Amino acid sequence: MIMTLEEKQQDIIDEFAIYDDWMDKYEYIIELGKDLPLINEEKKTDNRLIEGCQSRVWLDSEVKEGKLFFTADSDAIITKGIIGLLIRVLNGETIENVATANLFFISKIGLQEHLSPTRANGLASMVKKIKMTALSSLSK
Amino acid sequence: MGFLIFVAAMIAKKTFNIEAIREDFPILHTSVNGRPLVYFDNGATSQKPKQVIEAIDNYYESENSNVHRGVHHLSQLATNKYEDARRTIQQYINAEHSEEIIFTKGTTDGLNMLAFSIGQTLEVGDEIIITEMEHHSNIVPWQMLCERSGCKLRVAPINSKGELKLDAFCSLLSDRTKVVSVTHISNTLGTINPIEEIIEASHRYGAVVIIDGAQSIQHMKIDVQTLDCDFYLFSGHKVFGPTGIGIVYGKKKIMEVLTPYQGGGDMIETVSFEKTTYNVLPYRFEAGTPNIAGAIALSRAIEYLNTLPLDEIEKYEKELQEYAQNELCKIDDVRIIGKASNKTSVVSFIVDGIHPFDIGTLLDKQGIAVRTGHHCTQPLMKIYGIPGTIRISLAFYNTKEEVDILINALKRSLQMLR
Repeated sequence: MIMTLEEKQQDIIDEFAIYDDWMDKYEYIIELGKDLPLINEEKKTDNRLIEGCQSRVWLDSEVKEGKLFFTADSDAIITKGIIGLLIRVLNGETIENVATANLFFISKIGLQEHLSPTRANGLASMVKKIKMTALSSLSK
Repeated sequence: MGFLIFVAAMIAKKTFNIEAIREDFPILHTSVNGRPLVYFDNGATSQKPKQVIEAIDNYYESENSNVHRGVHHLSQLATNKYEDARRTIQQYINAEHSEEIIFTKGTTDGLNMLAFSIGQTLEVGDEIIITEMEHHSNIVPWQMLCERSGCKLRVAPINSKGELKLDAFCSLLSDRTKVVSVTHISNTLGTINPIEEIIEASHRYGAVVIIDGAQSIQHMKIDVQTLDCDFYLFSGHKVFGPTGIGIVYGKKKIMEVLTPYQGGGDMIETVSFEKTTYNVLPYRFEAGTPNIAGAIALSRAIEYLNTLPLDEIEKYEKELQEYAQNELCKIDDVRIIGKASNKTSVVSFIVDGIHPFDIGTLLDKQGIAVRTGHHCTQPLMKIYGIPGTIRISLAFYNTKEEVDILINALKRSLQMLR
């Protein structure tokens, strides 16, 4: 069964609902980060690098049959875990869906601080770049 | 009579009572993420005692007016308070004259002011010496000056322990050296620089010496006359005062001949379209309405410090830093960045194989405020070959118990991250 963007986000919200302690929540994010080999080493090039003040993020994307697929990585494991969640939600979505996606799950699971520009972990820039990628694919 | 002398001595003796001190800082009693706050980010900014917070409230409630320009009661009151604040700070750092104390926005503002005003006196080929451990604020204004004036920036190296190589520094000195601008204490490494030697050696070549005191004023007693530095700068917010206020101390005979940094109200004597003449010190360097509340609250912070036994506090902070450093060293893969034999209040470290950002995030979730990253010293991070550190920066209201909480929280974080 193919889940909608909303359903995929609700799925994550439900997964996180069982944790009421911050450390448990982060333990789960860290496991997600450890489990996911997200991007091929040879693709970790400067043109795919999103420089944050603290942690760095690499992002690659491709369009297959009108749908967007992302791979990404970070040198910080918490950042990597959150990237894993973002990719789970957005991968395989249509270009239009990605361009207009409302990523409400981030704040619902209490991680909105990671998307604030002051956090400087590259995630805010990553989401921006994902949307820009979708928009530029749309205009092609 | 003997008894009276004893009682007087007891009253005069300042005691270091950490519980009482912690009571003075309301924010220390707050919770973060459900845990009691452990605030170890004092190098970024210090917390404020209630006396300072009350001084700000009181100013806006019953003293607010503009300074130096009204005949009315409130303006006189604000002016008196503002000028009293200047004298409090003058006395605290033992400046010879009150007009040697200039109110600025902070250390960065002061360094930009000096780079501009001293810069006006420099010529192509003149040299400015800084060190490898400087904060960006003591690098970039000089680079900007060099770009516009053709001066040259020389950088004195450090050794692997994070100490200034004094010999190498001295070998950079020459007749071309016009400015030496060094940090007293490194914000990233905690290294205390031998500024007495630096000042003496630099003066032999006639160079002007600027001491960035942003990380030292809150940890030790400063006497600018004994040091004989030409300039000493600090920020109010790092010494238990408010943000947006700072100090440039500058020797009168040098300040008097420098070109003002900014033009505007208060810094002028007369203005006409043909020619403007400038006001006397300190006003010629204080264009526009100053941060009056900030200056008054900063002086209140200094008065607060005056009630504390500063020698004892200096010793306590050093002990606390050594305790934290020793406890951290007991944890596998922890590497201390900056092992100067003379250091205080700062412990920077990394854990091999783990990103500082991950550790900082997990410590925050356990109620502990540290700073991670390059600490505005990117060239220094490059020398160490690391992207950043986790920095614990202490104040006198911190305790060994808090260090223990940190150590346990760090151990738990590392278990999760490994």
